[in-house]
Amino acid sequence: MVKIYPGAVIPRPATALVNKTGTWRTIRPVVDEEKCKYCNICWQFCPDTAITKADPKQKIPVVINYDYCKGCGLCAHECPSGAIEMVEERK
Amino acid sequence: MKDVIKGNFATAVAAKLARVNVVPAYPITPSTLFPEQISEFIANGEMDAELVLVESEHSAMSAAIGASAVGARVATATASQGLELMHEMLFIASGMRLPIVMAVGNRALSAPINIWCDHQDTISARDSGWMQFYAENNQEALDLMLMAFKIAEDRRVLLPAMVGLDAFVLTHTIEPVDIPEQEKVDEFLPPYKPLYTLDPQRPMTFGSFGTPAHYMEFKKSQTDAMERARGVIDEVFSQFKEMFGREYNQVTPFMTDDADIIIVSMGSMSGTVREAVREMRKEGKKVGLLKITTLRPFPGKKIVELTGHARAIAVMDRNISPGFGGAVFGEISAAFINRERRPKIYDYIVGLGGRDIVLEDIRHIVESTEKKISDPSAEPVEWVNVHPEEVIE
Repeated sequence: MVKIYPGAVIPRPATALVNKTGTWRTIRPVVDEEKCKYCNICWQFCPDTAITKADPKQKIPVVINYDYCKGCGLCAHECPSGAIEMVEERK
Repeated sequence: MKDVIKGNFATAVAAKLARVNVVPAYPITPSTLFPEQISEFIANGEMDAELVLVESEHSAMSAAIGASAVGARVATATASQGLELMHEMLFIASGMRLPIVMAVGNRALSAPINIWCDHQDTISARDSGWMQFYAENNQEALDLMLMAFKIAEDRRVLLPAMVGLDAFVLTHTIEPVDIPEQEKVDEFLPPYKPLYTLDPQRPMTFGSFGTPAHYMEFKKSQTDAMERARGVIDEVFSQFKEMFGREYNQVTPFMTDDADIIIVSMGSMSGTVREAVREMRKEGKKVGLLKITTLRPFPGKKIVELTGHARAIAVMDRNISPGFGGAVFGEISAAFINRERRPKIYDYIVGLGGRDIVLEDIRHIVESTEKKISDPSAEPVEWVNVHPEEVIE
């Protein structure tokens, strides 16, 4: 049962992590790991902090967290290398 | 210490005595003297507080909410259009259970623009979840403001409160007022200890999202707090009387015990009614007065107890809900609903936009009520001292 505090206070941080909002998505960003230049512009723009940073030294591309990504497409729009494609979600 | 002061000075001095930490304010007639006075107190080193000058009343209340959420004791003042501009934020302050205290110089609403007294501004905010107190004089304005902090900050309540003082009649009128000693106020009102505080070291969410699954529970708990405030108000009023000697009641009767007609009033007009009642009593008329100090929580049961024996209640409403009547009339009528025996209840719309309420008006209200008692078809709502012949339709 949910506990309701006075003033609609939630007295601990990061409790929203239990709400996996990825189910809201109708289109999903797919990263082309060959094209990713590790610039992290998508990471900067993601309004849901649903992107894990790329590591340019280790040449590890960005990773989308589909548990929270709502499929807004900002990352694909901002990517200067065209490395993110929005693909329709299928059942 | 006795002094002769304006109502706005009384509420500002109450904020100083309460050791308020933050005053976010935007000036508006007739409450401008409040932030001005606070500014002077701070400049003189008499008060250690942050005066936040904002760009609107909406921002004033937003800043008050933020300051209160970090645990500050917060006071502000506004009136009329300013209160209306705050309206959205009023509900956020009460929903977040922040004990902000605000003085409101009760003033009419535009249009037509008018800076004088009526109660339309605070009446229009009575569903905002704020406690509402109405002062009859400057002493009451000071005392109610001080008590409002103690009531609002009580853990059983945690709700904001507004103290209404009539525009100009109180805000700008100089009256003798007993200003309590700082030491005694400190004893009466210890520092505010918030239940939760916004602190980057211990992150929390305030006023979180309330889905249909939880919103009603929030609202019910907020309403329960307002219900608990009834008892807390009585406690604080009696503690105040013990410490400072002045008695307050949610509703105060005057010569009502054997009264046939009881006039209900609120704010500064109560003094005029009391005088009229004294005069009419000399003439053998059994009239009485019931003054409402606390409109929220609404003291319906107390009103029924104190007026239920009368033949009629004449409510003086310094507000109008077009298409209905006066707000206080509606609420008192509702307080009597489902009771087998109840007085006739009539509504008198008075003193809008600062029109003076004089002894003849009270006399007229009593005479009109006497006539209406025996006339079942009598209109329950009547405008007093108004001249429809001046109006072109």
